[in-house]
Amino acid sequence: MNAPVAAPLLNHRPFDVEAVRRDFPILSRTVHGKPLAYLDSGASAQKPQMVLDAVMRAYSEEYANVHRGAYWLSERATANYESVRGKIRARLNAADEREIVLTHGATEAFNLIAQTYGRTALQPGDEIIISALEHHSNIVPWHMLRDEKGLVLKIAPIHDDGSFDMAGFEALLTDRTRLVSVAHVSNVLGTVLPVAEITAKAHAAGAVVVIDGCQGVVHRPVDVQAIGCDFYVFAPHKLYAPTGIGVLYGRLDMLERMPPWMGGGDMISSVTYEKSEWAAVPAKFEAGTPPIVSAIGLAAALDYLAQFDAGEIHAHEEAMLAYAMERLADIDGLTVHGTAPGKSGIISFSMAYAHPHDIATVLDRQGVCVRAGHHCAQPLMERLGVPATARASFGMYTNTADIDALVKALRSVQTLFG
Amino acid sequence: MSLDSLNIDDLAENFSLFDDWEDRYRYIIDLGRKMPPLPDADKVQANKVEGCMSQVWLTHAVEAGAAEPRLFFFADSDAHIVKGLLAVLLILFSGKTAQQILAIDADAELARLELDQHISPNRRNGVTSVVRTIRALAAQSVEAAAS
Repeated sequence: MNAPVAAPLLNHRPFDVEAVRRDFPILSRTVHGKPLAYLDSGASAQKPQMVLDAVMRAYSEEYANVHRGAYWLSERATANYESVRGKIRARLNAADEREIVLTHGATEAFNLIAQTYGRTALQPGDEIIISALEHHSNIVPWHMLRDEKGLVLKIAPIHDDGSFDMAGFEALLTDRTRLVSVAHVSNVLGTVLPVAEITAKAHAAGAVVVIDGCQGVVHRPVDVQAIGCDFYVFAPHKLYAPTGIGVLYGRLDMLERMPPWMGGGDMISSVTYEKSEWAAVPAKFEAGTPPIVSAIGLAAALDYLAQFDAGEIHAHEEAMLAYAMERLADIDGLTVHGTAPGKSGIISFSMAYAHPHDIATVLDRQGVCVRAGHHCAQPLMERLGVPATARASFGMYTNTADIDALVKALRSVQTLFG
Repeated sequence: MSLDSLNIDDLAENFSLFDDWEDRYRYIIDLGRKMPPLPDADKVQANKVEGCMSQVWLTHAVEAGAAEPRLFFFADSDAHIVKGLLAVLLILFSGKTAQQILAIDADAELARLELDQHISPNRRNGVTSVVRTIRALAAQSVEAAAS
């Protein structure tokens, strides 16, 4: 799992965080007169100039609808749009480009799985297992499906340090377990789940496996074939690409068996007044005009990332995490939630004397962007016994100056509220 | 200084003395600390006001027996700065008649204190919802009197 996914490039660019920062124009701006310290990449990442240029070029030079026109411009737009599939395939090490379904967001991808695979394959009394640290997007679609189909939803426990409780998970597996859906990396705690082991155990019980890769694909090299999962979902806007597009990887045989979900243009092979015939995978799941320019932006983001050795980006983020954990340990009254071994660059914390909302408000005045709240993971907040946390989450461009600004700002929280 | 003795003009004057954000926040936090906390029995789901980042509770009472009864509001939050902003809202709205409440241009008053950035609708901190709820309660009170 630690091997970089992309083959070594001839023009490999050594990872230098200060050079990387210069590629992201927004990072040089100020907020409230202070240099921006953007520590909310877990919510959405900033975009490099390569992505901004690709988006601008798509609209200003090569824009038309895709899969439609017999004219040169539409063919260019279609080629640019479709080029993303191969790049996503490479990033995830999927076996086949047809396994890459483009949706309008990761949330839509989860709902697609629930509403197609879930509605047709699951029967009353069947069981779904999710973990205690899931994002609402990996909870609510299963609640809806459970209520519609009379299913049972079970929650795999976590340990107090935020790590996955494998024995607790195994104890939930029964001959009625049909689907297991867990995060690769927790958006609140940074915990990295042992997804290959979870998948193997779920498969042995006869269950299909969905992995929420929204944070995983950002912080880890991902190999869906090595994991062995049936589905892997991610949100490109957290991977330095534009918003409005989601990625659903599905094993080809699964996708081929699944019925379509949304009906409309571009997902059919023929339509008469009596009936429609579905297009082949993946078009079957891609009704309507797709997020054309967002996909082109995603292709550019993947090209940007492919310049680097994924292992070097990973090593940098680990170094930033270690530095941050060390510096935060010096602040009295600060508790970090989630200290699982091998966790990734997401740090949730609370302070004894200030609410996370207070913390985020005071940090904002000093140019430091963190998220405060329940992080779309209310059940996990309940498990942690806190109403909310503040969260600093890293990207490839996070540097020690960002972390120093965070620590300095947290000291002023101490002064104001302590 | 008790909250009861302060009006919005006093606040505006006090705010004008601060030249940095830290003093301003310190004053807001202080206002929140002076506001009597809601009893735990009132911190229930039914009194919760929609918000994302922190919890906000609001209760109210209507003056008995008056021809034009005054409305009194009580609020609390688990976040200090939000609690301070709630104190500002109570100074603005509480103890006034429904007609007086509806006549208040909350946006303009808060802009005068340069607090509008905290109250704008895109900040889902519950404070916007509190203004909306207070106005709705005042409107109900006017309707009840008319019927």
